[in-house]
Amino acid sequence: MHWQDGRLFGSLVDVFNRGAPVALLSLGMVLVVATGGIDLSVGAVMAIAGAVAASLADSQPLPLVLAAALATGLVCGLWNGLLVAVLRIQPIVATLILMVAGRGIAQLITEGRIITFASADLAFLGGGAVLGVPMPVVLVLGMLLVTLALVRGTALGLMIEATGGNARASALAGIDTRAVTLAVYAWSGLCAALAGVVAAADILGADANNAGLWLELDAILAVVVAGSSLLGGRFSLWLAVLGAFLIQAMNTGILLSGLPPELNLVVKAAVVLAVLLLQSPRLAGLSLLLRSPR
Amino acid sequence: MSDTPLLSVRGLSKSFAGHQALAGVDFTLRRGEIHALLGENGAGKSTFIKTVTGIVRRDAGEVRLDGVPIAPRSAEESARAGIATVYQEVGLLPNLTVAQNLFLGREPTRFGLVRAREMRRRAAARLGEFGLSIDVGAPLGSFPVAVQHLVAIARAVDLSARVLILDEPTASLDTHEVAVLFGVMRRLAEGGIGIVFVTHFLEQVYAITDRITVLRNGRLVTERETASFPRLDLVRTMLGRDLAEDEARAETGPRARRIEAGPPVLRAEKLGKAGDLRPVDLTVAGGEVVGLAGLLGSGRTETARLLFGAERPDQGRILLDGKPTRIAGPRDALRHRLGYCPEERKTDGIVADLTVRENIVLALQARQGPFRPLGRAAQDRIARDFIAKLDIRPPDPERPIGLLSGGNQQKALLARWLATEPRLLILDEPTRGIDVGAHAEIIRLIRSLCEAGLALLVISSELEEIVTYSDRVIVMRDRAQVAEPADGAIDVTAILQAIAAEALRTAPACQPEPA
Repeated sequence: MHWQDGRLFGSLVDVFNRGAPVALLSLGMVLVVATGGIDLSVGAVMAIAGAVAASLADSQPLPLVLAAALATGLVCGLWNGLLVAVLRIQPIVATLILMVAGRGIAQLITEGRIITFASADLAFLGGGAVLGVPMPVVLVLGMLLVTLALVRGTALGLMIEATGGNARASALAGIDTRAVTLAVYAWSGLCAALAGVVAAADILGADANNAGLWLELDAILAVVVAGSSLLGGRFSLWLAVLGAFLIQAMNTGILLSGLPPELNLVVKAAVVLAVLLLQSPRLAGLSLLLRSPR
Repeated sequence: MSDTPLLSVRGLSKSFAGHQALAGVDFTLRRGEIHALLGENGAGKSTFIKTVTGIVRRDAGEVRLDGVPIAPRSAEESARAGIATVYQEVGLLPNLTVAQNLFLGREPTRFGLVRAREMRRRAAARLGEFGLSIDVGAPLGSFPVAVQHLVAIARAVDLSARVLILDEPTASLDTHEVAVLFGVMRRLAEGGIGIVFVTHFLEQVYAITDRITVLRNGRLVTERETASFPRLDLVRTMLGRDLAEDEARAETGPRARRIEAGPPVLRAEKLGKAGDLRPVDLTVAGGEVVGLAGLLGSGRTETARLLFGAERPDQGRILLDGKPTRIAGPRDALRHRLGYCPEERKTDGIVADLTVRENIVLALQARQGPFRPLGRAAQDRIARDFIAKLDIRPPDPERPIGLLSGGNQQKALLARWLATEPRLLILDEPTRGIDVGAHAEIIRLIRSLCEAGLALLVISSELEEIVTYSDRVIVMRDRAQVAEPADGAIDVTAILQAIAAEALRTAPACQPEPA
């Protein structure tokens, strides 16, 4: 890691920089998973938000561009939340709808082309740095702190964990499980929108087809690697973000290791499998044996 | 006709992970007999059915069909051997036609192709024997539950035609449909089929069955002829009362304390929900304990859920402090300072992975809303307070509540509601599944709460306990309110008599009226 041109450089910095979109996605995904749901649409929402941002970047001031993109993500999240919380559609099916349709929507916004923009303001979000720290990383940290304040600074975190742990009991205890569910999907949409903005800022354009492609799976993996159960319940924001960077580190590590790139996905799958096995209740007894006594 | 019983079960035993679900149960079913299998929650009825039909492997015991020992290893095998079961949920496929359902798995075929017309013809003929003339080409789901049940029975009879086990077949049927079902059952029995009839409705037991077997705690308690088994004795047997014991207790008399009841906190007028509960009237005053007694399935939990807003009533209204109030859901109820400790701890009560502290403060926090967090210090204080007051063990607020014993979980749930300082608390089976020592604690707690002015509605099957702490007792039977024994007569015998009492000759007691 070294300092150059007023910012940090190095492979560690790279990991955090490249991993920023997934880290942002995981901040939303971890809350959705905590309620026992899942959000497959985050990649598509990235594309939509990126398209909105790129379209407005050259004609509007940055705050408006950001607001529009984030609002789009929020609306997408609320849509998912409506399907899951109010219409009681299974989360995997409900978010699949937007996952598939979302790219189409993004293409409508970009009118089927890859649009580019020249706005230096928006580009700063992707390539700039604050105190040497790359902007995407700053955004991740900022979003992490905001989310922390929102869930741990209020009773929302407890309500999310209760709803995911036992929705029936939580409802009887007076928790508005519908509102909680709606909120987590909305937040996931918002986080995905920010990730989309970062991705668009990075390439100075919006590619409706490729933006965020397959990143929803990385986000789910990040959350799972962080120890969250897909059945819902306890969650940790720090670990989710850490999980996202770990996955990125794996990606980078495999690329730099000189292994044939075809093995990239296989190695990734193997590592994730290993983590899941360690978390498996059956093997929990075994791992306790292997762990050295304090 | 030989003397060999149609179905003979001897010494059937089964335990699940240390819990003895069945212990040496004997059961005899004769040819052409309709035999009721009765028992309260946890008596072992469904385990019995599952072990006899091979869905679950028995630990010990013997099952003989027509004298021949059988050991089926699946429902299918047992159906082929001659025993078929029809469950409350019907268990057929609503999207397929009636004919397809009837012949599922054994469709008439020619060269591997299903002969649909032949299948429909045979189905219509079969159902005709049951007195059912419906369009067998229509999807099963388009018919009312009662018809679906009859189709399921027809299929079962077609498959095995020897022993038919009906598990709660009348739960969702109205009076007329029950009559049709009974007609079919009688006809089957006359044809030599033996029927095992599992139900909660005592009236139906006396209407159609020849013999009664009662299970309790996995053991056979008694098997008697229906005609010579008086209702009172039946109810007593099911609840485990010793006749002599009760008479001795009756000497000690009802509770002497009759507190001056304050103004009613809650009043329910004609509160009901079609299919779940016939209209009920109920009043609870501050400082008063109203007990809700009755057998399993009598509608007590339904009443509680309607009062708390967990279910929406179809009719009637609720008045809080004399003012008609709409309770749209548990959140509303919480706002109005009501509390409800549900019967099923695991599914409706605890959030197993959360700590004792988090479980205790959950309702209080829910009332405050997400943006007014209680704060860790306050949570700790409340949790420790109640852990001490209720003697929750182990006294560690950070322990995941799922690791606590049933009794301690129950106390923590109680703490959850007490923390909200309610005016009215509904307790549904607060002592169920708790060891005897903890029972006494909870009863003491109930007494002290009501002395502090809390209005309590307690649902319990433990008649002895209800009698000790209740100021008034409301009895329920078959989803309807039956009686409120007069003030001076709150004792176990009076309650038993109310539960067992004959149906009024003016109206059929048990089923909801046909739509």
